[in-house]
Amino acid sequence: MNRSEGNGGQTLAEKILARAGNVDHVVPGQIVEGRVDLAMMHEQGAQTVGPFHEMGAPRVWDPDRVVIAIDHWVPASTEGAAVLHRILRQFAKEQGLTHFYDVGNHGICHQILAEHGWVVPGDLAVGTDSHTNMLGAMGAVAAGIGPTEMAAVLALGRLWLKVPPTLHLRIRGTLGRGVYAKDLILRILGEVKTTGATYKAIEFSGPTIERMTMSERFTLCNMTTEMGAKCGMIAPDATTRAFLEKVAKHPMHPVSPDKDAHYERVIDIDVDGMGPMVACPYSPDNVRPLTELVPQHVKVDQVFLGSCTNARIDDLREGARILKGHKVAPGVRFIVSPASTSIYKQALEEGLIETFTEAGGVFTNSSCSACFGGNMGILAPGEVCASSSNRNFPGRMGAKDAEIYLLSPAATVAAAIRGELADPREFL
Amino acid sequence: MREVIEGRVWTLPDDVDTDQIISGKYLTVIDPNELKKHVFEIALPEFAANARTGDIVVAGLNMGCGSSREHAPQALKAIGVGAIVADSFARIFFRNAINVGIPTVEAPGVRKIFEKGDPARIEMRGGRIQNARTGASVGFPPLPAHLLDLLEAGGLVEKVKRELQAGATVPSR
Repeated sequence: MNRSEGNGGQTLAEKILARAGNVDHVVPGQIVEGRVDLAMMHEQGAQTVGPFHEMGAPRVWDPDRVVIAIDHWVPASTEGAAVLHRILRQFAKEQGLTHFYDVGNHGICHQILAEHGWVVPGDLAVGTDSHTNMLGAMGAVAAGIGPTEMAAVLALGRLWLKVPPTLHLRIRGTLGRGVYAKDLILRILGEVKTTGATYKAIEFSGPTIERMTMSERFTLCNMTTEMGAKCGMIAPDATTRAFLEKVAKHPMHPVSPDKDAHYERVIDIDVDGMGPMVACPYSPDNVRPLTELVPQHVKVDQVFLGSCTNARIDDLREGARILKGHKVAPGVRFIVSPASTSIYKQALEEGLIETFTEAGGVFTNSSCSACFGGNMGILAPGEVCASSSNRNFPGRMGAKDAEIYLLSPAATVAAAIRGELADPREFL
Repeated sequence: MREVIEGRVWTLPDDVDTDQIISGKYLTVIDPNELKKHVFEIALPEFAANARTGDIVVAGLNMGCGSSREHAPQALKAIGVGAIVADSFARIFFRNAINVGIPTVEAPGVRKIFEKGDPARIEMRGGRIQNARTGASVGFPPLPAHLLDLLEAGGLVEKVKRELQAGATVPSR
C-alpha cells in the first residue's frame, strides 16, 4: 500500500493529529492546522501577553481550555519573577482565566496538568515548557511551544504542526530491584542520543510499559524532550483510565495505533538484567552504567531529588525508604523539592518530610527550583551534583563548569548517604 | 525578509543548548535590549559585545536544544542577527526563531564550510548558502511556503494580526 495515498495504518501521533486537524488520515510531513484541546502557560507565559494584545485578539479563544501554573520561582524569589507573576495574574483576571494554580495551590506545571486531569487521551496539548511532552503518557500529543506561538494559540485555538514520523520503542522484561523507569529512559537516551528523535514522535509500548504506573510513564515521556522529540506517548489503557477517572476535566477520545501502523524506526529493548544508569556531564545522552562510575569515587557537593521528571510521591517514598536509618554525608547538601503542593502534603502525612529532614536534608516547597539553576540550590564553579532531574548541560544548575550527574531518585539518595556516586541496590 | 541575505559569520559548535544561549538566571528578564547583553554568554562570550546588525550565526547539529525559552531567539533578534543557519535545529528553537521573525535555515553540511568572520550569502528561496571568501556552498530545501509567508509578514504576531483582520475564526469543538 502506498502511504502517500493515505490508506496505510496510523501511529498514535498520526491518529491524534488527524483528529486535531479534522481530517481522516495524515502522513508524516503533512502540515495540519490542529485544534488545541489544552493550552498551558507557566512564567514564560508572561511573554505571551504582549504578543497576544499586539495581534489584536479580542479574547482568549476558550478560557476553559487554558491553565496557568507558575512553578519556576514560587514564591517569587526575585523582583523580576514577581513581575512575571503579576503580569499573569492580571492577564488571567482580564481574560477570565480561572484555572490558575497560584502560590499555595502550586506545583510544577506538568504535574499540575496530570494531577488535575487537564490532559486526557486523544488530546492535542501545548505548553510553554519543553517538558510538556510528559503529558503524552496520557495517550495525547503534548508538545512544548514558545510564548509567541502560545499567543497565536490563545487567539485562534489552533496551531500548525508538521505530522512527525514515529520512533517506536518496544520494551520488554522486568526492571530489577533498584532499577527504575528513569534508568530505562537514560539507557534509551544513551542509544537514541539527543538528536535521535528530533521532530519525531516517540511511542512506547510493550509488556514493561503496560505494567508501569502513570508516574513511571510520566518519567519516560518527560525525557523524550532530551532526544529532540516533538512528543513522547503511550497508548491509553486501564491504568490511564483509572488515573483519570475522577479527575478528567474534559471528555476522552482514546485512540490506539493501528496494527499495520508505519514506524520510521523500531527499537526493541529488553530490560532484564539492566542495572542503574547515569548520564554524565555535559549531556543527557552521555550515559553509562552506574556501576562503572562507583569505583571512581565521584564526590558530590549537592544532591537534588526534584523536578518534573522525578519528584512524585513514589519517587519520594523510594528515596525515604533508602534514606531511613542513614544520615546525609558530611559536607553534602541534600535538597528535596516535591513536584506539587499536593505531593508535599502527602509526604507530610506519610512522615517522609521527617525522614528527609532528620537525616540532614532540606525539604523545600514545590518548585522547579534547582533543576534549572533558578533558585534554592544553585551550584558554585567546580561543584558536583547528583540529580534526579533531566538536563546536565553546562551552566544548567548554575556555574558553567559545575558537573551534574543524572540519576534515578533512589540513586541520588544513595549519593547523598555516601557523599559520592553509589549504587542504590546496596541500600535496599 | 530579503530574498538574499548577506552578512558576517559567527560560528558555533554542535549541541548549543538554550542554557548556553541565555542562561536560566536571565529568564526573568523580558526586555530584549537587556537580554541581548547576555546572549551566548556561555557558548560564545565575545559575541554580545562584538556582534553587528546583520551578522549571521552558523551552528552545527542540534542548534538550540533544551528548553522552550523564547528569550534565546529574542535576544538574537534584538542584537540584529540577520539569519541563523545550522546543520540541524532543535524543534522548539527553530519555531521560536521563525516566530520572532528571524530567517532560520537548516542546511546540512553548512557548518564545515565556514570560519568565524567569513562573509555568507543566503538565497532564501533559491535554497543555497555560499561562503563568499572561499566560494564553497551548500544547498538546502527552501522553507515551506507558509513559513516564508510568516517571515515575509515579519513574524507570527504580524501574521496572526492580518489573519484576525481578515476575519479568521477559531475552530469549533
